[in-house]
Amino acid sequence: MAESTLRSGSAVVLTPGLWTRLNNNRNWLGFWFMLPAAAILVLFLTYPLGLGVWLSLTDASIGNPGKFIGILNFYEKECYGPDDCEIYGLFGDHVFWQSVWQTIFYTTFASVVKFAVGLYLALLLNNHLPFKALLRAVILLPFIVPTVLSALAFWWIYDAQFSIISWSLTKLGLIDQYIDFLGDPWNARWSLIFANIWRGVPFVAITLLAGLQTVPPSLYEAATLDGANRWQMFRHVTFPMLTPIIAVVMTFSVLFTFTDFQLIWAITRGGPANATHLMATLSYQRAILGGNMGEGAAISTAMIPFLLAAIMVSWFGLQRRKWQQGETDD
Amino acid sequence: MDKKFTRRSILKATAATVAGAAVVSSDLLDWGSAWAADSPFKPEDGAKLQVLRWKRFIQSEEDAFMELVAAFTKATGIEVEVLNESMDDVQPKSSVAVNVGSGPDLIWGLYSLPHLFPNKCTDLTDVADYLGGKYGGWVPAAETYGKSGDKWIGIPMCFGGNYINYRNSAIEKAGFKEVPQDLEGFLALCEAMKGGGLPAGMALGHATGDANAWVHWALWSHGAAMVDENDKVILNSPESVAACEYVKKLYDAFIPGTASWNDGSNNKAFLAGEVGLTNNGISIYQKALVDGLDVKDDMDHAYYPVGPVGVPTEFHIAYPILVPTYSKFPNAAKAFVTFLMEAEQYNRWLEGSVAYLTHSLNAFNSNPIWTSDPKREIFAEAANRTFVAGYKGSVGQKAASAISEFIVVDMFANTATGQMSPKDAVADATKKARRIYR
Repeated sequence: MAESTLRSGSAVVLTPGLWTRLNNNRNWLGFWFMLPAAAILVLFLTYPLGLGVWLSLTDASIGNPGKFIGILNFYEKECYGPDDCEIYGLFGDHVFWQSVWQTIFYTTFASVVKFAVGLYLALLLNNHLPFKALLRAVILLPFIVPTVLSALAFWWIYDAQFSIISWSLTKLGLIDQYIDFLGDPWNARWSLIFANIWRGVPFVAITLLAGLQTVPPSLYEAATLDGANRWQMFRHVTFPMLTPIIAVVMTFSVLFTFTDFQLIWAITRGGPANATHLMATLSYQRAILGGNMGEGAAISTAMIPFLLAAIMVSWFGLQRRKWQQGETDD
Repeated sequence: MDKKFTRRSILKATAATVAGAAVVSSDLLDWGSAWAADSPFKPEDGAKLQVLRWKRFIQSEEDAFMELVAAFTKATGIEVEVLNESMDDVQPKSSVAVNVGSGPDLIWGLYSLPHLFPNKCTDLTDVADYLGGKYGGWVPAAETYGKSGDKWIGIPMCFGGNYINYRNSAIEKAGFKEVPQDLEGFLALCEAMKGGGLPAGMALGHATGDANAWVHWALWSHGAAMVDENDKVILNSPESVAACEYVKKLYDAFIPGTASWNDGSNNKAFLAGEVGLTNNGISIYQKALVDGLDVKDDMDHAYYPVGPVGVPTEFHIAYPILVPTYSKFPNAAKAFVTFLMEAEQYNRWLEGSVAYLTHSLNAFNSNPIWTSDPKREIFAEAANRTFVAGYKGSVGQKAASAISEFIVVDMFANTATGQMSPKDAVADATKKARRIYR
């Protein structure tokens, strides 16, 4: 074929078919390679999220898709008389506001302690200790145990009549009456925060430990030559090198804590008198147990700004990477 | 009677496919076959049923139930799969099933469950009319729970009595021979018991069964109610404040920690000898009997005291069964419910439940379980003495929401634990109730 073409003296440029061109087009191929991931994201993330937001704008209940009611699930004013008006919707719902501040308090306190204890444990485990591998495995145990199981264990530990803590303290003569761990609002909050910290510390510790092991020993050698003490080494070498992983691990930790459900539900169900309701448990109670899907979805939707804020912190934390690599932050 | 069913029971407590698995007595089988031939409801060809029920508290009750299920399968050839869920999980599971339009063919839940989605329940009026006509009519509470307008959307198969459980020795030590049947006397008993070393204790945590039972009694016995006959919120009343003040005094006399109690806490505390009085079903007594605990001889049951309103204001659990409209086998489901509630079956089941369950059809007043043991007697009246969820108003979705949100429980818990004054707690609960009932 080529020979005959040459003989005839005419040149024919072979133009590839559409299929071949598409196969060689980076953008076209990229689109197809991305599609499975995008489909999964749309199906399992965007759709439920979108449905949740839509439900929050409806009066849907169990078995009834409901109709669009705008922001009435968030704010509605209703008057029963000239001076007898009530604000309804989440805005006027003090149980909702109570759950908001409880969620923020629970998340903030538990996350700060988890970070402090996790970092301390990570630094400890990064040293040359006897039985290091075993210790690392033991540290992970609380994270491995299913949440409901650990919640049930804590439920017994905090029991008003059968608490091992109260029993031990009584036997030691330190108290003469059992501690009301879950019956008193503040005791219940602290008890749940402790259980959450116990469960969450291993995740922080092990992840930070992994981060610590990526810090080049040469940096410490250089710091030692410069006469830096242990605190200065931590402050100016370890901590800056860990910043990106701290941003990631704390973002996840905050997200997990903010959306905690199992621990609360298994131990207190939001009681006593709503003193331990988090936004997630309140949403479940209103939507599934109470049948008010729209209202429950509104509470879930109200969590989104908080979660977005946590993600933003991670985003800006990750940006610092460039700065660490000698570039400027942009 | 217990032994009889225990010996014959071979079925697991968790999900079990029972087709032909259980040993069914021959008389039951013969009757079942005859019934199937003459059944008022003709099952669809190739029907299979899945039943979601609350997990048993009394083993012999479940054994008896599963025996009847097996008898139904033998008589009709319809396979029945029974799924057990803890009481608190039946409602969310059924809500999801109804919302997605797929799931169990029969759902056996609590209180006003069918009223959460009345439009998604198959009309069971024919079943209710058939059973009511044959067995002396339904108790009034069953009719209220079962009907939405003129239509039966659920069949309240039974009630779960919840009464005062007490140790004779504990109240005697407090200077009482029996549980006083007036509010002041009852408070005096609890206060005296605290001084006597074995205090009383009733759940004030988010305990669906036990907490709701006694706090509603406390509210209603003072003449208060959340709503009136037109579902208008009337909680903000002097009677509610008086009820809160009364509960605060009771709570102060209780063993510490009841604000965190769930449905299992009082059973544990009573059996362990930590409290001498609580409110519960027959399960504590039955556990003592089965395990041969000494407390079985020292304990008894009493009605809740009657308040200024002058009539019993008890609140017992209703157990309605419903057939979601998505079920492909509504006739088989109707046949199943009817079969279970025919005297030949229902009497056996009542006996197996050892008074944990109380009948909702008047004809079963004569079941021997109510006379075989004096300690069980008062449970026979639970279905007739109970007020319904949402009293004085309707027993609809709003009443179910108010119960699921523990509005009354939290009102009393707020007062009892000193978080709010009685007036503030009532105002707070009123606001919550108004949100639901608007």
